[in-house]
Amino acid sequence: MLEVQNATKRFGGLVAVNQASLKAAAGAITGLIGPNGAGKTTLFTLISGFEKPSEGRVLFEGQDISRDEPHVRARRGIARTFQIVQPFAGLSVLENIAVGAHLRHAKRSDAMARAERVGQRVGLGPELEKSASSLTVAGRKRLELARALATEPKLLLLDEVLAGLNPSEIRDIIPVIRAIRDEGVTILMIEHVMQAVMNLCEQVYVLAQGRIIAEGPPADVCDDPKVIEAYLGAGAAERLKREKIHA
Amino acid sequence: MTFRDIVPIIVLITLLAFVPVFITANTVLNFLVFTLIIALAAQGWNILGGFGGQFSFGHAAFFGTGAYAAALLQVRLGINPWIAFAIGAVAGAAVGWAIGYLSFRSGLRGSYFALVTLAFAEVLRILANAAAFTGGAAGVLIKLDVRPENFQFESRGAFFWIALALVGAVLVLTRWIERSRFGAQLVAVRENEAAAKALGVDTLRVKLGAITLSGAVTAAAGCLYAQYFLYVDASIAYGTWISVEAILAPIVGGLGTVFGPLVGAVALHGLSEITKLAAGSVPGIDLMVFGGLLVAAVAFAPEGILGLLRRSAQAKGAARHA
Amino acid sequence: MYSPAIIAEAVVNGLMTGAVYALIALGLTLVYGVLHIINFAHGALLTAAMFAVWVVYEALGLDPYLAILPLTPLFFGMGYAVQRFVIGPASHGNDSNILLVTLGLSIAIENALLAGFRSDTRTLNTDYGFQIVEFGPLLLSKPRLIGFGAAISVTVLLWLLLSRTDTGKAIRAVAKEKFGASLVGIDVAHVYAVTFGLGCACLAVAACLLMPTFYVNPRIGQAFVLVAFTIVVLGGMGSIPGALLGGLFIGVVESLCGLFLGDSLGQIGIFLIFILVLLVRPTGMFGAKA
Ligand SMILES: Nc1ncnc2c1ncn2[C@@H]1O[C@H](COP(=O)(O)OP(=O)(O)OP(=O)(O)O)[C@@H](O)[C@H]1O
Ligand SMILES: [Mg+2]
Repeated sequence: MLEVQNATKRFGGLVAVNQASLKAAAGAITGLIGPNGAGKTTLFTLISGFEKPSEGRVLFEGQDISRDEPHVRARRGIARTFQIVQPFAGLSVLENIAVGAHLRHAKRSDAMARAERVGQRVGLGPELEKSASSLTVAGRKRLELARALATEPKLLLLDEVLAGLNPSEIRDIIPVIRAIRDEGVTILMIEHVMQAVMNLCEQVYVLAQGRIIAEGPPADVCDDPKVIEAYLGAGAAERLKREKIHA
Repeated sequence: MTFRDIVPIIVLITLLAFVPVFITANTVLNFLVFTLIIALAAQGWNILGGFGGQFSFGHAAFFGTGAYAAALLQVRLGINPWIAFAIGAVAGAAVGWAIGYLSFRSGLRGSYFALVTLAFAEVLRILANAAAFTGGAAGVLIKLDVRPENFQFESRGAFFWIALALVGAVLVLTRWIERSRFGAQLVAVRENEAAAKALGVDTLRVKLGAITLSGAVTAAAGCLYAQYFLYVDASIAYGTWISVEAILAPIVGGLGTVFGPLVGAVALHGLSEITKLAAGSVPGIDLMVFGGLLVAAVAFAPEGILGLLRRSAQAKGAARHA
Repeated sequence: MYSPAIIAEAVVNGLMTGAVYALIALGLTLVYGVLHIINFAHGALLTAAMFAVWVVYEALGLDPYLAILPLTPLFFGMGYAVQRFVIGPASHGNDSNILLVTLGLSIAIENALLAGFRSDTRTLNTDYGFQIVEFGPLLLSKPRLIGFGAAISVTVLLWLLLSRTDTGKAIRAVAKEKFGASLVGIDVAHVYAVTFGLGCACLAVAACLLMPTFYVNPRIGQAFVLVAFTIVVLGGMGSIPGALLGGLFIGVVESLCGLFLGDSLGQIGIFLIFILVLLVRPTGMFGAKA
């Protein structure tokens, strides 16, 4: 479905993404994890078209889309959420979602009907008529998800939709994400909440300092010494192993 | 958009259409026609500024283009004024598209967009003031020849009806925008451009559509002005006064609403007549009040008169329920 | 063809006008750099300052150069109050509101002046208004030469104020990172108002320097403010050296355009530069970041 080939993104002297390659298999949930500032969000901006790669390519359904504008990619079927939520603050929740629904529905009534269904589905039913700016953090994350979903994407890019939610809110939303996958939407998600990653993802990529340093099923990746070091610093894997032996 | 959406517009316009039957005083009709022309120009601004959130400070560029096109096409080329009128609106659309293409493609927004539109209007003003074709500083006089096929009428009532019909047509257009995909996307661009892009909105195209429509409507107001006063010069057509009027009316009436520009134009010009009566013929006093009102509106009534009315209606409703 | 002497004179005249333009633009760019707003009332405030110069000259016989002493603090205080009590509270911290509030202020001030002074154009009759200084082969107007020197000095003073004093440090801190500045105890609303006051003080000085050779009417500010916007955009929004260089450059461009295109079309050069810079490089020609 999606393939990123040796993508590099430089901001001036800073290399935010460095020769990164990944694949998201159709119909699966793929995870992208890594420490803060690793370049995960930047990689998403390359896939969704908000930034163009300095080097490398982005392929979607076999076609090179590296130079397409974001709205063209959305039409092809790529939808993203924003880590820093970006609601249309002056509009109601329903109208927010309807903007997404309009991508595939020209008629206002169709778009509104579609938006309402999507809103119900992600659990925003009681809030549809409220102003988007009145939503809680959890509500805004759901709104991000709902808007993206309303565009009827083939590939959904989720950027930390669980961050800032409490455990019970996380428990509520995980089945929603799984159900979206079950309908055939391919998902690529950035996530720090490891419990969710273990629970949802079939395949995980680990990004550190712009490079993909590991990939595989979540359980394997978490044991990878390179990954532990990336998160906890050099020598951490050794220390952990020694501690295990001593214990 | 359904028929029900435009019922209030039809009712309002029908009621207003009876005004010339009851009021025949020339000064009052003059005031009403002028106010409607301003309302029309402001409706144009509201499409781009109110719905699209792109604040132009140079809508004189469109108003003036319409006014000069209407005047010059008939005076210099002998084209029928009705046709000149239509061409004038199209010219406004073209200028709108061109300014929009240049500025939106360069990513100008916010104050930068306001500044660049201001500068475009000034360039046009200087050119119109200097070129021989436009009559230079002396301006263009349209010859008096009172015949309906010549877009000149015996009674001011006829002009009132034409202006009213145009305002009504734009009310319907604005209602359509409000109820359409184009409108939803335009508002999305106003609220958050990045989010709109992510949802598949071609933001450049949407903004260009808005500025083109906006230019056409404001240019139509300019055409009407030229035809009514039978005279145009650079400081009238491309002057900052009309840019300011076009901004003020929607903000005072209700930004990004269908009726806001009309309500605002009527309120402002009503108020301006009252201050003139109260303060005598001191120049600038009415505009001074306008300026203060703009500050006050932004500070205390960000949703304009319509917002205030809605809120007081809600408060009353709540009181009744309690 | 024009002789080199005429062109040289036009360039020098342009530089002299340009320095005063720079001073006007300085206020604008300072406010932009710190508050990140475009102050549309700048032109109207300049007009008000010019009328103030005219009034103290006519009523009290105060020489325009001496008027710098009372008018600069007066306008500083007025600017402080306008930002602190009108623009700040009225705009609720929203950018497009600020745009509209300053536009409203500009309309109100300009028309209040029109109501008070009517639309007549007024000048000062100083005895040095037409004095000439010989400078090699060039004949230069003495008051404009003074204006040039004073405008450059004020720019340098302002530069020192910003880089050397504690107030300057606070202003620069707020310009960079207002949230951080508020965390270390800087009163952001106060710094905003001080900055706005400084911008208005620049206008008061500029008005005093302009009036001996220029005239005033209620609409005069519009002409200057567009030029000032051009300079600010050209020099890079928020950059003081940019404003100075931009001002000198625009002064020369205007003077040369006037020479080659005549008075009525002369102004167009400025606007075309303005539009081009905005479209091509809105961060300014002299590299300062917006
Ligand atoms: N537009 C930009 N210009 C300059 N630098 C940027 C830009 N966007 C991101 N960066 C830098 O690139 C690096 C990677 O940032 P990115 O947001 O992609 O990290 P991340 O993995 O998403 O981190 P987090 O887990 O905190 O969200 C950071 O150092 C960031 O400062
Ligand atoms: Mg991130």
